Amino acid sequence: MTLASMARKYEQRVPPRDTAATSAMIASLQAEGYDTVAAPFGHALVAEAEADERIVGLSADLAKYTDLHVFAQAMPDRFYQMGMAEQLLMSAAAGLAREGFIPFATTYAVFASRRAYDFIAMAIAEENLPVKVCCALPGLTTGYGPSHQATEDLAIFRGLPNMVVVDPCDAADVAGMVPALLAHDGPAYARLLRGKVASVLTRHKPDYTFTLGKAQMIREGADVLVVSTGIMTMRALDAADRLAADKVDVAVLHVPTIKPLDVETIRAEAGRGRLVVTAENHTENGGLGEAVARALLTAGVTPAFRMIALPDAFLEAGALPTLHDMYGLSVGKIVEQIKSWL
Amino acid sequence: MEGRWPNGRSNVSLAQRAWNIRRKALLMGEVQGQGYIGQALGVADVLATSYFHAMDYRPEDPEWEGRDRFYLSIGHYAIALYAALMEAGILPEEEYATYGMDDSRMPMSGMASYTPGMEITGGSLGHGLGIAVGAALGLKRKSNPAFVYNLMSDGELGEGSTWEAVMSGVQWQLDNLICIVDFNNQQADGPTRDALAVGAEAPKWEAFGWFAQEVDGNDLGTLVAAFDAAREHAGPRPRVIICNTTMCKGVDFLEAREMNHFVRVEPDEWAKALARLEEGRSA
Repeated sequence: MTLASMARKYEQRVPPRDTAATSAMIASLQAEGYDTVAAPFGHALVAEAEADERIVGLSADLAKYTDLHVFAQAMPDRFYQMGMAEQLLMSAAAGLAREGFIPFATTYAVFASRRAYDFIAMAIAEENLPVKVCCALPGLTTGYGPSHQATEDLAIFRGLPNMVVVDPCDAADVAGMVPALLAHDGPAYARLLRGKVASVLTRHKPDYTFTLGKAQMIREGADVLVVSTGIMTMRALDAADRLAADKVDVAVLHVPTIKPLDVETIRAEAGRGRLVVTAENHTENGGLGEAVARALLTAGVTPAFRMIALPDAFLEAGALPTLHDMYGLSVGKIVEQIKSWL
Repeated sequence: MEGRWPNGRSNVSLAQRAWNIRRKALLMGEVQGQGYIGQALGVADVLATSYFHAMDYRPEDPEWEGRDRFYLSIGHYAIALYAALMEAGILPEEEYATYGMDDSRMPMSGMASYTPGMEITGGSLGHGLGIAVGAALGLKRKSNPAFVYNLMSDGELGEGSTWEAVMSGVQWQLDNLICIVDFNNQQADGPTRDALAVGAEAPKWEAFGWFAQEVDGNDLGTLVAAFDAAREHAGPRPRVIICNTTMCKGVDFLEAREMNHFVRVEPDEWAKALARLEEGRSA
């Protein structure tokens, strides 16, 4: 073994002299100009649970950080604090599902996809049990560094048979996916946006409602088709507004369900001669971009094709706005990239 | 000692049940020429006590809501549980000849979706007890008085997830959870005791807050008493029975083999093993 093979990034680092440098403590997503909704996941779950006795909630010491505390406070006898034990969290959720309950189990995306994977795979997915794994901090939504940045979770759960995989964009998606996941008789992995969550989609498309398995055109446009998921739909819509000023007409197709992928809609929209750009808050490996590429190539649809995604790397720690700029997820960087491809 | 299958309808002795389970397991092993026969022979007395003394179930309705749940965390012990399920009338006896065949309902490693009476998919070790915790919580939610039995191996004591579940069982006061540890001191690479700080089993579980018993897992009288004590213990605690068993129990020339996690049985030895089992019965 050689130390040279290790990622000794500190050797190249120079501490900032300017004490006014951006604080890495800025932890929230930038969603300028949008109204927000508080804890849409927790409130939607309470609303469903009032009508459905089968719903129970479990967390592994992250109820407060996944908005499950709203449910825990409203229905304390249906909430299970499992402690800091993610393998147990998933196994126990499987056991409750075996006894007829529908568990919503929450933790951070890194812990579900990495630490608890075998338990989700074998105790839940292999038996097709209706456990809904809902995870905060998806992709690059924290500046904590790789321990908390779930940059490969979509790839991991896309690879798992029986799993439905959802990456919501905003409060409407988060609230809308709860009844949809409940109605789906099987396991699901959903990324979660927590706290004050922006209301994006209904502003751009007033009649928007989340439909499991459906891609939806949020904005029409003649020059570029952005196929996006999760928070990148918000970024793509903002980028489209800016690009319109430069006479670039951008359509945005929102794909909140990664699996099963709405290949029919994607193929139809991608086959209309526009530059196709996928955008995801996820590593370039195994996420939306590659899924779309396969859907198109296997159908003989071959538009000009580009991907906006996180690099195949362990990402930096820092302030989220800085990092989104650094890795190309910010509105400004999306605008730059799309312009460079035209 | 009479069995109570279910609850006293049978006067077949537990010793006969255990013998029948061993014989069926050997017949299945003979079909494939291999199998985890050492474990099956070793755990037969535990299974006989579970299915013909302790547990409540309906052979004709393996998903009966009132049944005691039996989780086989150790998927590779499937051959043993198939034998017990056949003996219990949950699986038809004649299916033994399909063990491990394509399209069989009895795959080599136990899976819930294949086999009536196989409650969970085991095999990825360290899963059963955590699932059992969730099921025990679920039964309490439903005010269902059934027990959840989880059969695990000593090797699974090395899995961290086991200890997450051990702590949780105490946290939630799961007095409807009975964990059975088949302690045969054999894991894939050798003796379990040489692998990962295994020792003082019962005191360890007691220290976590469980009602723990450590018994001779091949002594039916002791097993019956331990299962009774586990079910009847008054405290709001989960229960564990650590069963010290002998691999290949009942077939002396196999018992004598040194490295016997996956015991190798030569083609001509299956008949010999069945014969030795027969001799042991009449002795």
